[in-house]
Amino acid sequence: MTVASPNDFQDSLQPQGWLRYFSFSLDHKVIGIQYLVTGFLFYFIGGALAGVIRAELASPISDFVSRETYNEVLTLHGTVMIFLWIVPVVNGGFGNYLIPFYVGARDMAFPRLNAVAFWMIPPAGILLIGSYFITGAAQSGWTAYPPLSLTTPALGQVVWIVSVLLLGGSSIFGGINFIATVLKLRRPGLKLMQLPMYCWAMLGTSILVVLSTPVLAGTLLLLSFDIVAHTGFFNPALGGNVVVYQHLFWFYSHPAVYIMVLPAFGLVSEILPIHSRKPLFGYTTMVYSILAIVVLGLVVWAHHMFTSGTPPWMRLFFTIATSFIAVPTGIKFFNWLATLWGGKLALNSAMLFSCAFIVNFVFGGITGVALAQVPFDIHVHDTYFVVGHFHYIVYGGTVFVIFASIYHWYPKFTGRMLNEDLGRLHFLLTFVGFNLCFAPQHWLGLNGMPRRVAEYDPSFTTLNQISSVGALLMAISSLPFLYNVLVSAFKGQVAGDNPWNALTPEWLTSSPPPVENWIGAAPLVEHPYGYGVDEDALSVEAATGRDLWSGTGRR
Amino acid sequence: MTSLATSTSATEAVTAEPHEGHADLRLFGLATFLVADGMTFAGFFAAYLTFRAVNPLPAGSTYELELLLPSINTMLLLVSSYTFHRSGRNLLLGQMGPCRAWLLLTAGLGAAFLAGQMVEYFTLPFGLTDNLFASTFYALTGFHGLHVTLGVICILLVWFQTRQGGRVTSAAPFGLEAAELYWHFVDGIWVVLYGILYLL
Amino acid sequence: MPIPSSLVTLLVGMALVLSGLWVGYNVNLLPLAASANAPVYDSLFRVLFIIGTILFLGIVGLVVFSLVRFRRRAGDQTDGLAIEGNLPLELVWTAIPAIVVLFVGLYSYDIYQRMGGMSSLNDHSAMHQMPAMETMEASVTGAEGAPDPAARVWGGIGTGAGETNVLPVEVTAMQFAFIFHYPEGDITSGELHVPNGRPVELRMKANDVIHAFWVPQFRIKQDVIPGQPTVLTFTPTKAGSYPIICAELCGPYHGGMRSTVVVHEPDAYDTWLLKNSPVKATVASAPSTPTA
Repeated sequence: MTVASPNDFQDSLQPQGWLRYFSFSLDHKVIGIQYLVTGFLFYFIGGALAGVIRAELASPISDFVSRETYNEVLTLHGTVMIFLWIVPVVNGGFGNYLIPFYVGARDMAFPRLNAVAFWMIPPAGILLIGSYFITGAAQSGWTAYPPLSLTTPALGQVVWIVSVLLLGGSSIFGGINFIATVLKLRRPGLKLMQLPMYCWAMLGTSILVVLSTPVLAGTLLLLSFDIVAHTGFFNPALGGNVVVYQHLFWFYSHPAVYIMVLPAFGLVSEILPIHSRKPLFGYTTMVYSILAIVVLGLVVWAHHMFTSGTPPWMRLFFTIATSFIAVPTGIKFFNWLATLWGGKLALNSAMLFSCAFIVNFVFGGITGVALAQVPFDIHVHDTYFVVGHFHYIVYGGTVFVIFASIYHWYPKFTGRMLNEDLGRLHFLLTFVGFNLCFAPQHWLGLNGMPRRVAEYDPSFTTLNQISSVGALLMAISSLPFLYNVLVSAFKGQVAGDNPWNALTPEWLTSSPPPVENWIGAAPLVEHPYGYGVDEDALSVEAATGRDLWSGTGRR
Repeated sequence: MTSLATSTSATEAVTAEPHEGHADLRLFGLATFLVADGMTFAGFFAAYLTFRAVNPLPAGSTYELELLLPSINTMLLLVSSYTFHRSGRNLLLGQMGPCRAWLLLTAGLGAAFLAGQMVEYFTLPFGLTDNLFASTFYALTGFHGLHVTLGVICILLVWFQTRQGGRVTSAAPFGLEAAELYWHFVDGIWVVLYGILYLL
Repeated sequence: MPIPSSLVTLLVGMALVLSGLWVGYNVNLLPLAASANAPVYDSLFRVLFIIGTILFLGIVGLVVFSLVRFRRRAGDQTDGLAIEGNLPLELVWTAIPAIVVLFVGLYSYDIYQRMGGMSSLNDHSAMHQMPAMETMEASVTGAEGAPDPAARVWGGIGTGAGETNVLPVEVTAMQFAFIFHYPEGDITSGELHVPNGRPVELRMKANDVIHAFWVPQFRIKQDVIPGQPTVLTFTPTKAGSYPIICAELCGPYHGGMRSTVVVHEPDAYDTWLLKNSPVKATVASAPSTPTA
């Protein structure tokens, strides 16, 4: 590993080398990497859990694990993938690493809070996973609907609640930090409408986190009272109301989808312009559509409850509101297509994963608009159609973007390139495996296979086996990726400071960057997407734009 | 490859202070956190209101609230907001004596509120698990009481820090300002809570 | 370019629409349609499927075309065109999805109304019960007393106005079975038997946790919620046996919580009713008596 600059030496007494990644470091880049690596560890755990589910479903009878274990596994799979993988990685991981660069700061607004937020995650994860081995994990799904969550073994459920509360707290602290950093820590002279799109995405996401996560926390507190103190908030036997839990739960958990997806939108908006050598199309409408998604995202939660005995007016309202989320989302997709159009597209792994994201997400979005329609939803609610739909959104959408981002920013993290051939192999296996796994599930759902079952009608066997083969391919696809990421850190081709010739601020420093991000003042990037414009697109004090790319212009 | 074998604590001491100072964002951060905290209460309020709208009180169960004690408590909290405000003004003017006195008075009012709350708990004709509304009542007031308790502790800490040579001075008023913001928030929540639980 | 791009766009658009229509009308993804709801549902599905296919093919086509046509040639280090936006174009693709979702929303609202989703609940809610309704219920169920606030129905799809001759069935869901009780004839059964062509009203309650009643061939589903009775109405239109599936995670044996709905021709249903009823006298008259 190379030392970023001699200034490191005098600036910092932080533990250097790999040791700092195990420390209570306050450096946003270290914390970002901590989030990423921890997230990937949990991704492999969650993937193994998914493997158990697909192995069980390879045959129509319950024969691989016991039924209780199966329910524990599906609960853990959902919880791990959402709260320990996607949310921490796209928010905490890339957010912490990139946002200070983008606003021209040396760190996040609250570095210590940032470290606290990260260090809440490992204990929460260990609690959650450990509960399986020690007390038995929760069995009521990641939704933990009462009264089922009140009647399944209590200890596992309580541990689950504690773990999710910790993760929610971490998420809120992170959100507060991002809001303060984006709004208040911008370099002098940098206007809001000059920020790279990921900042806007993180601002929107953080607003959702701050407004909706506390509601989940409060709800889970009430649920834990029901379990521990035998109150009756959600216990119909004691006069409680189970549907109220669902409202409160989805008030968080629908925005949670945007908390997982908006940062991915932001990351893609960074990757596409660079690899197509074109400005991001329609910056202003992109910003407004993020804000529209934030506002609409808060008022659509009850579309998860069309069969829960909600009154008709409510179903109508939530159908319309949900459908209209397609409008700002559609704007973003058309803008990305226009960004690609007429560019000079580099067909590298980052680009391939990004384009596959567009394809997958459009598919998931179309089924999503369909699901928003009450009569449509009444048939497929709680079936494999829904399972297929949301995996197209969170895996085909966000996880594809996470991989694209790893290929894109790995040179920034490590100073070395990832191997492109292995990257394309990884892409091919993931893309084929993913579609093989989740596309058939739509048909299964339409034709009568409910979700969260360990056994099913034997007529569905073939498609389930195809789906399991797809899952196996996805598991195999992580091997070239792992090998690539581990080996390239030491043997990869040296990247140079700006291998993509990019204009966004994080590339205008060394790779990996020095502890306080820049030697000297932070550059003022007024046109983060000024590709093909003029030479003055970028101004770093006296140095002119393009000289910076080659590094010759830096003093 | 530089590998400095320094301990983490030494590192923090160096990096804790921002390299080049930026504006103090702690109050902004606290305000954002209070928005989040307020959403927790909003969730509870929404649950309570929905329960009231759709779940009938089961036959034979009691859920009656007296108005006198909580009304006195409301007054106590409102006055305490004022006393805290006075304390903050004194601090900025550098008048540490009155500042500390107003602080103590605020803490006393907070403690009196908590005492009143305890009296109410012990005299109510229903317990935590008696019925849905009883549970919701205790959850809401209990969660708020927890906030008040935390607030009183914070006020006492600030009071300690305003001593001669303490951290909170008119030049560095953050501790007191943060506690004051928090305290006003807790008061505001109580007013809403009072309206919803007792008056509605 | 020799061919004007507007013409190319038009042709591609027409080809897309045609292929979408072709797919929508020729690819069947749905199971057998066996209730009066099902064809209505299927027409909504077809519309969504057509629109979805057009959009999906169009966008995938654009992505693939861009990847091929605009790929960076070896040695090319230049940038693409510096187009930062185009307001009219952006307005167009704000308007198109807005119009599409508005149309889809209104259309699905219409479908939902035809399925009875919007008209139901007030008729059954004890608070708004109309006298006519009350007498009908009384005559069907026999000896129900005054409206009981606890009997409020919380959700579901009810009978539309003017539906007569409704067959009421009480459904109790528990871990891990559905129990069907026929007030007409006092039959308790683990399978649901219904006559073809007659509206059936399921009055559902759960004993322990949330379950959901789903018959894919009827395209209907309703959660069965403890403490909150729900209602679900359907009219079977094809004789045969169809699976009843619990669609809400309800415990370890959730996957095994299945039953069967048997749709008989009316004669066969009467025979079944006679054979199973402990109170023969009421049965003979009840199904043929039109109420209200």
